[in-house]
Amino acid sequence: MLSGWGRVFGPGREVCSEDIEVITNNATLTRGLARSYGDSSLPDARDGVVASSRLADRILSFDEATGVIRAEAGFSLLQLNRTFWKRHFAAPIAPGTQFITLGGMVSADVHGKDHHATGGFGSHVSEMRMRLANGDIVTASRTQNADLFKATIGGMGLLGHILDVTFKMPRISSPWVAIETEKMPDLDSYLAGLKDAAKRFPFTMGWIDTLGATGKLGRGILMRGRWATGEEARPGVPQPLVRPGLPFVVPEFAISRLTVSAFNALYYGVHPRTMRRKIEHPETFFYPLDAISHWNRVYGRRGFTQYQCVIPDSAGAEGVKSFVELLRRTGGSSMVSVIKDCGDEGEGMLSFPMRGTSVAVDFPARDDVQGIVDTLNAHLIELGGRVYLAKDRYTRAADYRRMDKRVDAFLAVKQKYDPMGRLRSAQSARLELT
Amino acid sequence: MKVVMLGATRGIGRSLARRLASGGASIHVLGRNAEDLAKCAEDLKVRGAAAVTTSLCDLMAPATFGPALEAADAALGGFDTVILSAGLFGTQDELANDRARAAAVLTANFTNSVLFCEEARVRLLARGGGRLVAFSSVAGERGRKPVVIYGATKAGLSAYLEGLDHLYRAQGLVTTTVKPGFVRTSMTQGLKEPPFAGDPDDVAKTILSAILRGAPVVYAPPIWALVMMAIRALPRAVMRAVKF
Repeated sequence: MLSGWGRVFGPGREVCSEDIEVITNNATLTRGLARSYGDSSLPDARDGVVASSRLADRILSFDEATGVIRAEAGFSLLQLNRTFWKRHFAAPIAPGTQFITLGGMVSADVHGKDHHATGGFGSHVSEMRMRLANGDIVTASRTQNADLFKATIGGMGLLGHILDVTFKMPRISSPWVAIETEKMPDLDSYLAGLKDAAKRFPFTMGWIDTLGATGKLGRGILMRGRWATGEEARPGVPQPLVRPGLPFVVPEFAISRLTVSAFNALYYGVHPRTMRRKIEHPETFFYPLDAISHWNRVYGRRGFTQYQCVIPDSAGAEGVKSFVELLRRTGGSSMVSVIKDCGDEGEGMLSFPMRGTSVAVDFPARDDVQGIVDTLNAHLIELGGRVYLAKDRYTRAADYRRMDKRVDAFLAVKQKYDPMGRLRSAQSARLELT
Repeated sequence: MKVVMLGATRGIGRSLARRLASGGASIHVLGRNAEDLAKCAEDLKVRGAAAVTTSLCDLMAPATFGPALEAADAALGGFDTVILSAGLFGTQDELANDRARAAAVLTANFTNSVLFCEEARVRLLARGGGRLVAFSSVAGERGRKPVVIYGATKAGLSAYLEGLDHLYRAQGLVTTTVKPGFVRTSMTQGLKEPPFAGDPDDVAKTILSAILRGAPVVYAPPIWALVMMAIRALPRAVMRAVKF
């Protein structure tokens, strides 16, 4: 049995090897560190096997002068940070976990706290080596097999197996982060604060309380940051933080509307009333949830799903408010609801982000989860938004088609490179993406 | 540190080599595939190694050991540490039913591993000592049903390494026997994962710290020291009855 990060298990097993050309041969899907929440890294039930790139993690070349690096698909953001922060290079984007691989970062076209400024990961990739469904190994870039390149960015691994990735890392002024955190009393001030911060800071994100009683709906904490200058930086190199683990699966009764409300109130309450500025360890700022290994066990035996969607600017602040209000009424017990603004849509044919506001909430996978997701999707479609496939486990194929008009163009490219439809996942079968 | 490694291209050896590299060691990587060696060398260089060089060497071909260590010595300007992390694995089912495969595992893990260490020992002693590190396994601690043949190769290797450490430590040659428990590598994929399984990078951290302090034996993950203490204490009648 395998699962994504949401711990909703399905049939399947993993094969891994240091040699990515060996494991991808005849494989129907490759996964990395399986941090996608839903079923995008699970094999289709008819295949039952998924290749894992996690051991194929060599750096193949690095040019100190330009920051251009080429590495195998299993190279993780964790390794990148540990190797390059101390040399004043960083990943071109800042996602919320470092337990992800290059292959996964391309396939989900992951975005970060800096999406408004730097776009998705795919926009920083110049070239990939890929194994196609027929076994051939080809190069994909903006000039070679450009359609393959664009469909692979955000393409959930359905076009070919990514063997290695070439991309550029920016230089940073120091590996420490200068941050500001501020309480926002309600959703309007939060959304305005987010837009304002985006003008001045590369990293913006925040947490809101979707369970708050009316009036307090959307109260939250806004965080903004930038790489610290050499003068501001703490002395030395940031050492990897020790990660305590959650050693057991938390019983389901522990996560209820009541306990989560209490958690949210506490989280909001302990923050000082005034704005707080400090120089922070980069792991603490970028990856707060990585601090606890296996935090995904907190939602109990049946696991959980994360619902992340983007609501386009065309729907306005009213659209975001109506969606957050719907979230409160449908009543998932979400520990952390994250709201942030997205920049322009990238070149990836199925990439998630578009200009607008992204909302992410967790739901325990209990009996009503399918109904909750259906309800949220119905409203999301009215607002013109779409869900993030890397989080998704419950969206129905028909709803997905209504959300994303780009699917036909994507499938045309898939038809060209995988005419037999060999490459597939549990998710692609569910969403009829094959 | 000036380190020679056989087995740095894969598994725990790869993680250990990377930790040595990020600590600024000079590394000479031995292996049987030139393309693999080149990629490994580039990876270690980018991760911070002071220098990385390579030579062809095959654990299945003892004639390659001497020349490879000579080449390493020349490239590093005299090495102070030799690490052998290469080896072969087979499940009891595979080895019990495939005589050729069993012979290969016996030869690689015992005979040739001892011969490799002997070549290293001679060269280290000639310059007054150094560190010799070899990967055995917790599988060598007791005769056990799932690892009858594989375990025997590692039991033999552990006995050799212990003797070596007793004999030469006074002369400055420090021998460290590495006994990994279950570690999630390509070698163990497909096997049913027992409790206390470890990840290669964490295990490598434990091993490196043991190497640096000159520990004669290191269990990694460390909890396996306790597990094996318990297993060593079990009466034969119990071992015969249980499946592990």
